Amino acid sequence: MADLTSLSIAELSKGFNNKEFSSTEVTKAYIENMEKGRKYNAFITETAEHALKQAQESDKRIVSGSRLSDLDGVPLGIKDLFCTEDIRTTAASRILENFIPPYESTVTSKLLQAGGVFIGKTNLDEFAMGGANLTSYFGQTINPVKRQDGTEVVTGGSSGGSAAAVAADMCAAATGTDTGGSIRQPAAFCGIVGIKPTYGRCSRYGIIAYASSLDQAGPMTKTVEDAAIMLEKMAGFDEFDSTSADIAVPYFKASLKNGVKGLKIGMPKEFLNNDLNSEIASAWQEGKEILEKAGAEVKEISLPNMKYALATYYIIAPAEASSNLARYDGVRFGLRVDGSSLDEMYENTRSAGFGAEVQRRIMIGTYVLSAGYYDAYYLKALNVRKLIRQDYINAFKEVDAILTPVAPTTAFTIEESKTFDPVTNYLQDAFTVPVNLAKLPAISVPVKTAANGLPIGLQLIGKDFDEETLFKGAYVLEQNNSWSRK
Amino acid sequence: MSYIIKGRTCDYEVVIGLEVHCQVISNAKLFSGASAASGGTPNDHVAFIDAGFPGMLPVVNKFCVEQAVKTGLGLNAVINKESVFARKNYFYADLPQGYQISQFDKPIVGNGYLEIELEDGSTKKIGIERLHLEQDAGKSIHDMLPGKSCIDLNRSGVALMEIVSKPDMSSPYEAGAYLTKLRSIVRYLETCDGNMNEGSMRCDANVSVRPVGSTELRTRCEIKNVNSIRYLMQAIEYEANRHVDAYDNGEEIYQETRLFNAHKKETRSMRGKENANDYRYFPDPDLAFPLIVTDELLEKVKNSMPEMPDEKSKRFMADYKLSEDDAKRLVSEKSVAEYFEEAVKEKGSDAKKAAALILVELAAIMGEKQIENIRDLKTTASRLGRITALVEDGTIGLRIAKELLPMIEETDKDPETIIEEKGLKQVSDTKEIEKIIDKIIADNPKNVEEYKAGKEKLFGFFVGQAMKATQGKANPGIINNILKEKLK
Repeated sequence: MADLTSLSIAELSKGFNNKEFSSTEVTKAYIENMEKGRKYNAFITETAEHALKQAQESDKRIVSGSRLSDLDGVPLGIKDLFCTEDIRTTAASRILENFIPPYESTVTSKLLQAGGVFIGKTNLDEFAMGGANLTSYFGQTINPVKRQDGTEVVTGGSSGGSAAAVAADMCAAATGTDTGGSIRQPAAFCGIVGIKPTYGRCSRYGIIAYASSLDQAGPMTKTVEDAAIMLEKMAGFDEFDSTSADIAVPYFKASLKNGVKGLKIGMPKEFLNNDLNSEIASAWQEGKEILEKAGAEVKEISLPNMKYALATYYIIAPAEASSNLARYDGVRFGLRVDGSSLDEMYENTRSAGFGAEVQRRIMIGTYVLSAGYYDAYYLKALNVRKLIRQDYINAFKEVDAILTPVAPTTAFTIEESKTFDPVTNYLQDAFTVPVNLAKLPAISVPVKTAANGLPIGLQLIGKDFDEETLFKGAYVLEQNNSWSRK
Repeated sequence: MSYIIKGRTCDYEVVIGLEVHCQVISNAKLFSGASAASGGTPNDHVAFIDAGFPGMLPVVNKFCVEQAVKTGLGLNAVINKESVFARKNYFYADLPQGYQISQFDKPIVGNGYLEIELEDGSTKKIGIERLHLEQDAGKSIHDMLPGKSCIDLNRSGVALMEIVSKPDMSSPYEAGAYLTKLRSIVRYLETCDGNMNEGSMRCDANVSVRPVGSTELRTRCEIKNVNSIRYLMQAIEYEANRHVDAYDNGEEIYQETRLFNAHKKETRSMRGKENANDYRYFPDPDLAFPLIVTDELLEKVKNSMPEMPDEKSKRFMADYKLSEDDAKRLVSEKSVAEYFEEAVKEKGSDAKKAAALILVELAAIMGEKQIENIRDLKTTASRLGRITALVEDGTIGLRIAKELLPMIEETDKDPETIIEEKGLKQVSDTKEIEKIIDKIIADNPKNVEEYKAGKEKLFGFFVGQAMKATQGKANPGIINNILKEKLK
């Protein structure tokens, strides 16, 4: 039965409908894989028992022909940043090591309503701050995809646990969140599909906040079709999130296979420079050719302010984080390390509870919001953010979507990452963060295998709430590329 | 009438600005559905967002926005169509999110004013700088368990309006009048209950002094949480004199926050500016910004505006022929104004008499019995109105009318019942009164003689004797006429 875990959501759904197998059988197979795959450290909390109960409920619906959706009975991994009622939710931080939310996030409750089976809570960078899944209090996640020579590499981050879990068939699909590339980059590193929808498409209610104006949930899946199926169930207006968009969610699957004929695709010339890794550049070229062959028109565009995106992101995100993480103070929930005064208790709790990267970002954020620095940093960053978004709006007057690499390299090793200073680490996000700043949707899809055997992903960026075009484009890239998952 | 403090080197005038926090009347909190009711079992009405739980998000309560707009209109103020909620970041155990959602550079209400009446009867406009919405913090209780602090989050997230005046007041009296007027306005609007002793209205005063005639603004001190109008006036007086003494002695005044001690009637330093927090305000990314006040909402609120005190007093003067003074005093409390209007709806009632009985007799009873709300009196508006009607139709005299009021408070009986039981009806029977007057004239020959010799003041003596003899029940008009006739 082991091959059950290699099926996509679409294939599983078909099998359930035809009563070829039960959700319980599928869920058991995934649990077995999850247990075999513990060496990857993709899960912080496994919820096998819980999953089997849900699978039994699904099976009743399968038998009675009353499945709730394509996701009904499908085992899913949930990034441990989504609050799940009565299931421990840690944000991969010691400060929430034993936190059990009494409420369910909107996205996960929508997935539950669709019949999703939750197999476990996946690992991530602490509070989603990181690009290699190395900052988790529960230890790093190992990429199931190795270099040809067998060298282990990182999963990327912050949704590294979700990416690894999907790549290693420990779940059929997983949720991720993306603040500066946290879905797209690990998807690219692990050779899976991930989409960051338009800001406001999915509710943030019940997702532990990193940077509120940038955070957005999305699916991480084996195929583009699965991403379309899953996003449709995750998305939708939520009155409990003031920033969620009151815009109807299309049935993405319907237009998925309509092709890209006549679509105009832009390639920003600012990224076509000598600094770009030649293999990444050739993958980008391959992507361009695939789309052209399928009838799209590819042209060069300009996004002149992209060079300011990283600096802007690393002001806005830490600023919001420094405030969002103030609630972890040891008073009401989570870790408390006592002290002789209230201030000392705060210091002890937060010093012990937060890891180095989280502390670094809180300090940066506190600094840029401080009196005397606000105008020079935060306010200026807000203004640059507007310019970056305007760049895209201008480009979208000429094109329907924009094609770029996801990351400047393939997945690196932990040893290599130790030679990076924080700024080098942050440069990993150069292609992904501008999209979050502009609040646009973008999908990451693997297209090529590098000489070292690792996947290279490309990113399609779309207009506000135009995920449909992204799915169409990504489907073409997926069906015609030289990369294969297994 | 200006308020001047005589210093050794020069005379000083006082500059006062007030920051008033008004708890918004609303069923739910500013950003959650939890009850905004005060009191209750600790931590009983707390939504997860009010306790700052991970992933919880604020959603603005539109009714609180309407209440702020309404208050802004009542303060003749500019309503900002776009405003922004900002986070004010600081750590405290009863501040669950680690920040307070407030408004910083873009408040919902801008410049406005209100008018106060000065001691000499003239009016003065006091500018309003801004009104903004913000959430309240929880409550820390340090004396319940030894060595521990307890936190009650019932108040956490309750909507407050912070109303900041311009530094336009120049005496403790003006500050008191401003606060009284502001309280009256929010009560009229039903946007805040204005109960200072319960903390639903809290006042901080910014005080400085300067030589008379100067326009400089010297270093000010902020006096926190003065919880009554009387204390506010005392605190300002103390603080202003402290500044004058300091300047007289060549000392400096440091910008700081001070607390008023009501027993000692003095202020003391709470924390200096050097310990001031850097609040790191920034727009709250959890709330769609800007906050938009739509034309529809503005129109809706405008249509819901009640008659305000100034309009009402003008109408009282026109409709009921009241004096300006009586009209203004009646409208200063919304409950009193409503009571008055209800009373004069009674058939045959008289507005002037009703006003006089309310402002003198009932006010005295309320003062004596420490009754805050006129509605708590046994003398209902209907009973009072009927009493004036009984005076008008001659059933009782004004003196009996006044005497009835404490009796009603005592017995909770209708005035008609008491009049019946005690036989207080006015005697209008001319013959009966004539008999009594004849007796008085016979008993006081000396006074009659003196009166007839020109000592006209004695007329009052005869009236008094007649009233006494009839236990106040005689119709004074009839007494007058008969006396004049008989003493000719």
